[in-house]
Amino acid sequence: MKFIDEFRNKEKAKKIVRAIENISTKEIKLMEVCGGHTMSIQKFGIPSLLPPQIELLSGPGCPVCVTDRKYIDQAIAYARLDNVIITTFGDLIRVPGSSSSLDNEKAKGRSIKIVYSILDALKIAKENPTKKVIFLAIGFETTVPGTAAGVITAAKENVDNFYVFSSHKVMPPAMNALIDEGVKINGYIGPGHVSTITGTGIYSGLAENFNVGCVISGFEPLDLLQSIYMLVKQFEEKNPKVEIQYKRAVKVEGNIKAKEMMYDVFEYRDDWWRGLGTLANSGLGISKKYAKFDAERKFDVEVEKTKEDKGCICGEILKGLKSPKDCSLFANVCDPSNPVGACMVSNEGACHAFYKYNRE
Amino acid sequence: MCLSIPAKVLEINGEVAKVTLGGTEYNASLQLVEDVKIGDYVLIHTGFAIQKLSEKEAQETLKLFNEFEELNKQLDEEEEKTGKRIA
Repeated sequence: MKFIDEFRNKEKAKKIVRAIENISTKEIKLMEVCGGHTMSIQKFGIPSLLPPQIELLSGPGCPVCVTDRKYIDQAIAYARLDNVIITTFGDLIRVPGSSSSLDNEKAKGRSIKIVYSILDALKIAKENPTKKVIFLAIGFETTVPGTAAGVITAAKENVDNFYVFSSHKVMPPAMNALIDEGVKINGYIGPGHVSTITGTGIYSGLAENFNVGCVISGFEPLDLLQSIYMLVKQFEEKNPKVEIQYKRAVKVEGNIKAKEMMYDVFEYRDDWWRGLGTLANSGLGISKKYAKFDAERKFDVEVEKTKEDKGCICGEILKGLKSPKDCSLFANVCDPSNPVGACMVSNEGACHAFYKYNRE
Repeated sequence: MCLSIPAKVLEINGEVAKVTLGGTEYNASLQLVEDVKIGDYVLIHTGFAIQKLSEKEAQETLKLFNEFEELNKQLDEEEEKTGKRIA
């Protein structure tokens, strides 16, 4: 058991596809809200396997994509401070801000280092005691506990030159907001790795309040096809509910230890999402208990007025209202080597995934 | 950012595990998980093990895939009887 190959069998995939065809009678729109699913769906050509009445939509599941320009502008303002080292995950560095990007600032000599983990950022802080090290914390519930663990470690080890600039977000408010806004969704392919942390309780309102089912899915082709089968079955039987397909990784209760650490370090606040605007209690800021590690409380910077790029329809794509192919910039002036919007920068973004696997 | 990869635990030293990801060895923090043992598979995300993978549940899921095979057989039989293509 290697937990990958076993879930990629072509013959088995064909059989699930036939089972889907057998039960599907009505038009149905299913949305995935995880960048990892967006990538897998395009990489394995899942849409082309499905009958035409089943439409897959990409939602706001790529953390880099939903992060607003103001955040990038503020990170750039921090990077321009003296004696500061910015540490960031790699995919954020090329996201355009209003008039610059972290990549541009790095080229101009600002100290910006790509890290794989917050623990690497903490190491940089320990190795550079005369500098102030700021970690750019983005991501959903999958990533938040790691940031929390980094902050708790910094507190334990008395690292006093380490700061976190949080743009962490939580998934359920965005999933509810899309339906509230009238985006037609008959079922959610639930985010598998977010759910390893949160468990299933956070999705219960979808069926109760909106009549929309949610199947928490793994990332291999057989996982996705089985999840689609389960959602179509729920829809055809008019029985929306929360189910777990990805049982090898997701428990009903989630990861209790990780959740405890997450709520020790973070507290809910309203946050702004690209495409969706401000959503109540959808973001996480550093709690008072760990205030000394909060970059926003520590550094007072002037941030330029946010200027959005007018041609980019990233916001509409994130809501599932448009496909990357509907964008006049797609594969024209906007491609992975020259991304206009965040959805093309991140390899989990819908535009990037379409460009790589589904350009024709 | 949402990507997490299954990795096998090779060694455990306190809160750090040496894991293997498709032939590459890597250190991952065990701060977020409990009861991880050598030989377990864990999901690795941004340097942290975020959940232990259950082989029992994985086998159960694989069994469910076999049910689709059964269903396909039934559809084939029905097709033979009726002479009509059944999706």
